Amino acid sequence: MDPSTEIVRLVVNGQSREVGVPTHFTLLEALRYVLGLTGTKQGCDKGDCGACTVIVDGEPVLACLTPVWEAEGREVTTVEGLAGPEGIHALQDCFDLHGAAQCGFCTPGILCSAAALLAGNPSPTREEIREAIAGNLCRCTGYAKIYDAVEAAALRTGGPQG
Amino acid sequence: MAIIRDMIPAFDLFQPASVEDALALLAEHGEDAWVLAGGLDTFDWLKDRIKRPKAVVDLSGVEELTGIRDTGAGIEIGAMTPLSRVVGDPRVRADFALLREAAEHVATPQIRNQGTLGGNLSQDTRCWYYRSGWPCYRAGGNTCYASAPKAMNREHCILGRSRCVAVSPSDTAPALIALGARMVVRRAGSESIHEAQDFFIGPATDIQRMTVLRAGDLLTAVRIPEDWAGARHYYEKVRDRGSWDFALVSVAAAFRMDGDTIGDARIAVNGVAPFPVRLDSVERMVVGHAPDEALATEAGELAVAGARPLRHNDYKVPLMRNLVRRAIRSVA
Repeated sequence: MDPSTEIVRLVVNGQSREVGVPTHFTLLEALRYVLGLTGTKQGCDKGDCGACTVIVDGEPVLACLTPVWEAEGREVTTVEGLAGPEGIHALQDCFDLHGAAQCGFCTPGILCSAAALLAGNPSPTREEIREAIAGNLCRCTGYAKIYDAVEAAALRTGGPQG
Repeated sequence: MAIIRDMIPAFDLFQPASVEDALALLAEHGEDAWVLAGGLDTFDWLKDRIKRPKAVVDLSGVEELTGIRDTGAGIEIGAMTPLSRVVGDPRVRADFALLREAAEHVATPQIRNQGTLGGNLSQDTRCWYYRSGWPCYRAGGNTCYASAPKAMNREHCILGRSRCVAVSPSDTAPALIALGARMVVRRAGSESIHEAQDFFIGPATDIQRMTVLRAGDLLTAVRIPEDWAGARHYYEKVRDRGSWDFALVSVAAAFRMDGDTIGDARIAVNGVAPFPVRLDSVERMVVGHAPDEALATEAGELAVAGARPLRHNDYKVPLMRNLVRRAIRSVA
């Protein structure tokens, strides 16, 4: 083992996992290359695209710019963790029904940004949806169908609509 | 293990739990130390392998650097406070809405969750010649690639150049200057307080630093006095896209009205010089006058007096002029 390798304890999608990683690893590298959770995408790797967005303690963050040690002891949710025992997340179903994914590379990150939004704000306005995914680039859809899908998911899961 | 692209070169990681310990580490490692806050600026440098610090001092475990507290004479914001927390803080929203607006305009939700106020103020310039590792003056070399005859310099400065023509990228800086904030800087054994506009330095003072911070120094907090609490304010950031981008030009202004006239004003712009620019002369000109269209026009003209655009950024002159006009008009 590399002398700089350390054991980091992560809680990913509700499961405790121990990963042996060099200290300079990012959370994204630990998720994809150690834990095999390749749903989280490595896009620009510089904070310019949002493809690596995961949810840490309820907040969307960029896994490519999060050092792995900073995720220790915090709840990490990736796109693989959005589905529950009853099946896929309403957002995932609505993205399918509304054609909100084309090439799909940005989709895991957008799902995470949108899931974090709905968890804190079950009935967002379209403007709030736009702002919530302003940090996720999509080069295919033009976003309109993504907004539609998030609105539909909110209607399905949210409280009374304002 | 799979081959990994863009892997960050190894470094020694230090994770102090107190400011004292952080300062001791910074003193011990001197020029070899790198202060890590939210990581947005840091990891960009490290992944490109352009900056290769030996010792990274990670502040994320220093709890005393995070949080917003009432000092009795205003508020103090710890340097490690995430921007999203600044945006959501009730006291900031109630009394210092100018800062809230500026912080809300930083990048994206993810970056505001990770990025800190101290990091937003201390981040390095985004001149891409410099960020790409070209050996320019700022990088210790002997030329400026951004002002060469065929350079692409649409985002560069129109004021304050001195060999380097890069601009300050901070959105919160002009707001804090307009609010009369002070930066608390500590190093092992001493503390210094800097007026916000003096925290930032231009290339004429030191071409390799954007702020007063030297090796061993740590920005620990930002203090905002009561002076401008609840003041009328104006903030506008113009950027190429509706989100994410750094400012092409931004303006932040605070006003005290005296009936129909401007009783006092503080105005700052960013994106136009290697440091955020406080417009003292414009402030002096507008105080005591009614903010009518004539005054707004005159203020805009004075703001850009002496501007020297580069080949591709002359648009910044009318942009800055008009943002200052709008700021004055906002209190009409």
